[in-house]
Amino acid sequence: MSVLVGKQTKLLVQGITGSEGTFHTSQMIEYGTPVVAGVTPGKGGMLYGGKGDIMFKSAVPLFNSVSEAVKKTGANTSVIFVPPPYAADAILEAISAKIKVIICITEGIPIRDMIPVKHALDNSTSILIGPNCPGVITPDEAKIGIMPGFIHKKGNIGVVSRSGTLTYEAVKQLTDLGLGQSTCIGIGGDPIIGTQHIDAIKYFNDDPNTHAIVMIGEIGGSAEEEAAAYIAKYVKKPVIAFIAGRTAPPGRRMGHAGAIISGGKGTAEEKIKALREAGIFVVETPAKIGQTVLDALKSGSSTPKRKQGRPPKSESAVAKTVAPVATGEAPKRRQGRPPKKLWLL
Amino acid sequence: MKIHEYQAKELLKRYKVPVLKNRVIFNAFDAGKITYDEFESQGIGTVVLKAQIHAGGRGKGTVKNIETGQPIYLFDSPVRGVNIIRNGNISDKVYQYSREILGNRLVTIQTGDEGSVVSKVLVEEGVAIDREFYASITLDRTTGKNVIMVSTEGGVEIEKVAEETPEKILKEHIDPATGFQQFQARSLGFGLGLAGEAFNNFVKFINNLVEAYEDLDCSLVEINPLVLTNEGKMIALDCKMTFDENALFRHPEYMELRDITEEDPLEVEASKYNLNYIKLDGNVGCMVNGAGLAMATMDLIQLSGGKPANFLDVGGGANPERIANAFRIMMSDKNVKAVLINIFGGIVRCDRVAQGIIQALNTVHVNMPVIVRLDGTNAEEAKLMLSKSGLSFKVAENFEHAAQLVNDVMKN
Repeated sequence: MSVLVGKQTKLLVQGITGSEGTFHTSQMIEYGTPVVAGVTPGKGGMLYGGKGDIMFKSAVPLFNSVSEAVKKTGANTSVIFVPPPYAADAILEAISAKIKVIICITEGIPIRDMIPVKHALDNSTSILIGPNCPGVITPDEAKIGIMPGFIHKKGNIGVVSRSGTLTYEAVKQLTDLGLGQSTCIGIGGDPIIGTQHIDAIKYFNDDPNTHAIVMIGEIGGSAEEEAAAYIAKYVKKPVIAFIAGRTAPPGRRMGHAGAIISGGKGTAEEKIKALREAGIFVVETPAKIGQTVLDALKSGSSTPKRKQGRPPKSESAVAKTVAPVATGEAPKRRQGRPPKKLWLL
Repeated sequence: MKIHEYQAKELLKRYKVPVLKNRVIFNAFDAGKITYDEFESQGIGTVVLKAQIHAGGRGKGTVKNIETGQPIYLFDSPVRGVNIIRNGNISDKVYQYSREILGNRLVTIQTGDEGSVVSKVLVEEGVAIDREFYASITLDRTTGKNVIMVSTEGGVEIEKVAEETPEKILKEHIDPATGFQQFQARSLGFGLGLAGEAFNNFVKFINNLVEAYEDLDCSLVEINPLVLTNEGKMIALDCKMTFDENALFRHPEYMELRDITEEDPLEVEASKYNLNYIKLDGNVGCMVNGAGLAMATMDLIQLSGGKPANFLDVGGGANPERIANAFRIMMSDKNVKAVLINIFGGIVRCDRVAQGIIQALNTVHVNMPVIVRLDGTNAEEAKLMLSKSGLSFKVAENFEHAAQLVNDVMKN
């Protein structure tokens, strides 16, 4: 079992003949991902086996449109390597062809283009991952995107992250400690993305093969706070989280368009506070993501011990509002009542 | 991408968003002359002289001498970023004020203690104000829609209003399917307590502002204050405009609007090589691939007793030349006392990064500890290359070891 991608995946690559598309398609085939079709308008009918010094293990049939590719090959998942000016159109085409899972790797899509995409997505049955993301991988089953496959290991930890290389770092730490992953989802660092932390958490929560969830967030927006409120209410599996950007100055865009503290909102402190209050294991230093997961699993509890879990004094006002619930039957997680205030943004 | 007030107002004019008569000027002599020719001699008795810098808070900001750092006074009061000039002889006064403002530093709540050197001033006609409002358009990330916000609390910091009296901020989201609707414009206008001609002018104003925002690929347009004049007109007295950097390919003309004197010279240099560099005020330089890992590395430096000197993302396609340039830029910050290089090779091959580091260290003289952590694709080859190079590195085995090495260096 896994989420979003796996043995059932039949992958279609949009923008397969570009240099990025070509390189990563060869890597995906190499990993064992079932690539069934490629779409490059105008090149339909050809068989594509790579270019330059990149040769695919097996050639891929090309189509002029996504709907044609779906009809002929039964593709159910699409990955997009189309350049930014045309990427929104590519996503809309995949939505219109009723592709189930659309993974957009492209970085640099204008906000004005993404607004209608988000709208179309909300009125469809498709799931969009990204844009500006590394993709999704279910180890030993399917690698869809640009992540290095070899650092992953099959297992039971679900990983969701806004970042690329920081996800690899987290995954490597897990693998080094013998902790394999069920699926790793890179949701992307843009202001408008399809799948948010909260959606990925839901998928992992429903997946019997995922035993614990790692959430890697960063400054900006309020997606981590929303996920925290959901976790407090519905998730019984241990959740371990790290927020990057404690040292980032306000008002500066830290690489990702979405990673910006504006108007005093979206700081790491705010997010960490929300996570703690939701009974999530918070990773203190990025060097100990794997170790924190291991400790959490060893503790046998789905939330941190009281000593760790109790927020420091300055947060006592909010802590009081949840304390009565926590003292009732002493449930491990403060269930049923998400922390007030923090997620009402 | 940020632009100046005078540039934003030029753009607003194209969309029929009312602004006042103004002129941007680069030296004090012209300031005086133009004020006489185009304002004073035309019967305009009051003008506002505004320093043009990207940061906000100019009205309360102080102008300080570029050499001594002392605040500058004129007519017994401190010179501000925004000065109202009236009561006769205005062209002479504009000349005197401009002489003090141009070439000196304006320090505001948003610039930091360093301030920004002023190289342009805007002379704008004065107007009798009945009421001040606030209006802005930006993306609401939680809904994925643009949102228009207006408030009766104009002319003050909107963050304060949002915190203390959030009910005084009225919002309307733009539906992507139907666009901005007239009932929404009316609802905002009535919400501000407007009626009659003022109401009609507001509805026109906000419609045109929405058109400008969407057409120009803005990520923010903020009019603060939006004023209602004694004659019932609605005018944008100030304008802050930011463009969506991802949309710059649609607007090649924006390159002319970029003012690199407003940016850190190192950041400008870095952008030439497609490096994402942000200067900070710490002592440990860091060079990382990927924005998230870069932020995490900065955090790690802080937790290990250092302070990050910069954010530097060398990106996905890091080749030796790029790494060498990144290294040079990072090292030209004089506060840097140690360096941490943290690369997780996915697409980027660690051996190529190592090649770049060696190349850089052979050309740039470095007399400080350099901690290198390379992991992922071809990491072993890379480590071997570094150890054979004859250069002195502290090679970290993993992220945690890197933290320890930073800690050791900071203690000494």
